[in-house]
Amino acid sequence: MAKLENPEVSPRLAKNLRRNILERCIEFGLLCSGIFAIFITLAIIYVLVSEAIPFFQHVSLYDFLTDTVWTPNYSIKHYGIMALVSGTLTTTFIALLVAVPLGTITAIYLSEFATHKVRETIKPVLELLVGVPTVVFGYFALMLVTPLLQKIYPDLTTFNMLGPGIVMGIMIVPYIASVAEDAMRAVPMAMREGAYAMGATRFQTAIKVITPAAISGIIAAYILAISRAVGETMIVAIAAGQQPNFTFNPVESAATITAYIVSVALGDLEHGGIGYQSIFAAGLTLLLMTLMFNIIGHAVRKKFAERY
Amino acid sequence: MVDKKRKHPKEIIKAESNALNFSYADGTQALKNINLPVYENKITALIGPSGCGKSTFLRCFNRMHDLYPGNKYDGEIILHPDNTNILDKRVDPIEVRMRISMVFQKPNPFPKSIYENVAYGLRVRGEKNKRVLDDKVEEALKGASLWDEVKKRLHDLAFNLSGGQQQRLCIARALATDPEIMLFDEPTSALDPIATMNIEELMAGLKEKLSILIVTHNMQQAARISDYTAYMYLGELVEHDKTNKVFTNPRKKETEDYITGKFG
Ligand SMILES: Nc1ncnc2c1ncn2[C@@H]1O[C@H](COP(=O)(O)OP(=O)(O)O)[C@@H](O)[C@H]1O
Ligand SMILES: [Mg+2]
Repeated sequence: MAKLENPEVSPRLAKNLRRNILERCIEFGLLCSGIFAIFITLAIIYVLVSEAIPFFQHVSLYDFLTDTVWTPNYSIKHYGIMALVSGTLTTTFIALLVAVPLGTITAIYLSEFATHKVRETIKPVLELLVGVPTVVFGYFALMLVTPLLQKIYPDLTTFNMLGPGIVMGIMIVPYIASVAEDAMRAVPMAMREGAYAMGATRFQTAIKVITPAAISGIIAAYILAISRAVGETMIVAIAAGQQPNFTFNPVESAATITAYIVSVALGDLEHGGIGYQSIFAAGLTLLLMTLMFNIIGHAVRKKFAERY
Repeated sequence: MVDKKRKHPKEIIKAESNALNFSYADGTQALKNINLPVYENKITALIGPSGCGKSTFLRCFNRMHDLYPGNKYDGEIILHPDNTNILDKRVDPIEVRMRISMVFQKPNPFPKSIYENVAYGLRVRGEKNKRVLDDKVEEALKGASLWDEVKKRLHDLAFNLSGGQQQRLCIARALATDPEIMLFDEPTSALDPIATMNIEELMAGLKEKLSILIVTHNMQQAARISDYTAYMYLGELVEHDKTNKVFTNPRKKETEDYITGKFG
């Protein structure tokens, strides 16, 4: 092939300098915001770890994990995180018991049964529920739900895990409903038509075809719900009592990790004292728990990854 | 009905549309006064340019349009030997779909195993007996010439099959419930030539047992496999006759233009 003497690029094919610069700027902007998010996360982990290290110089990791009493403010101090973990797990479990069925049914209804008009009415109402401050939910649990439960079960104490657990579940319903509904609506219409063409009813189509097809998105909704429940603070701080108590019995009062953190952080603590450092050990535990749930959730999700 | 029988003495009409009109919710009138018989144990092909209403017509036969609010049927589709208008409000669309099954343009297996895909229609009908299900699944897969390829992995996910295999799976799925009519909407348009040939051969065998109505954008395909051909244009039925007649000696000029490729 003959090489051109002077390889001039025709002006119509020449690189567009302005467009290139603009593209680079946009790319840089996106990169910056990505790095910023990672930086914040790392900073949080750094603070948690660096404050937790001196704590673990006082309290052995073994005691931290096996002791079942948490009394940092008493004269005989115990730092058994399980007393808080049990509260977190119990309230989370109750919340999921309420939110998973309600949220899933709501999602199925909205995606497969509701007419366009009904859906457009219900969705904003659900989103409104997300906007209610959790303090309000906390008092709702304390002043309304617990007294109601006491009518059925008179021995129930004023502060217990059942009431706030249920209210937390109600609070989480919209999260599950909205994420799961998006996943179900993303299932191609061809899948629905295939089921209907086989003589399936609406209900059979929704349960036997659409739900399995959207299962990975539905599980993502559950992961979000778990993270939300584990991290929820105000409802349990207000209505579950703030006494760390190693129990999984929902009618007893107990403190969750978050409830402990907020109660201690609100009191006047000597900066650098062991009580202060214990917040960070508790916070780190919370972070690891959430992380663990997320990893399990993603593994389950991957197993059921949808393909259509 | 009587005079139609005289016209094709040996043919039995399985279903027929009479003065069928159809409008979508947005007001588009997609079908205008369609009169078309579907003969028993024959393949009837619907051809015509894209957008002429072939799919719309096909989907009237299993009341697929009922899924979307606002669609309007007018006229009738009589199913024999019941002599019932399946578009009648009092007719349960689910019962209709139990007897008239459909295979779609793009293979749409369910997110289930091969076995469960084929068993789906039977389960919907309440069949629980494992022996019956096993037998029917095997029979349907054999009927769709897929058995030998999948018999060792019946419990694998259907999505792991190739496109052509998935489409034959969808045929098996539709076949498992012993339908009287099968509707095909461009069943090979997403497939390669070999998979297409497999499915065409399959349909030739299927018509021994049931009646077939197929939409195809491919005129060679219509000529190869069908007994009757209907040419549609802009929502109207232009011509309907025996396939060799339509392709060799069409009555209408428009049909001839379309078939010879002068238009379309
Ligand atoms: N869901 C719908 N709503 C409104 N109009 C539609 C819809 N589906 C198809 N149509 C219109 O109806 C006509 C026939 O479409 P269709 O039956 O899909 O044609 P074909 O299958 O012959 O290509 C076209 O004009 C198309 O735009
Ligand atoms: Mg079409």
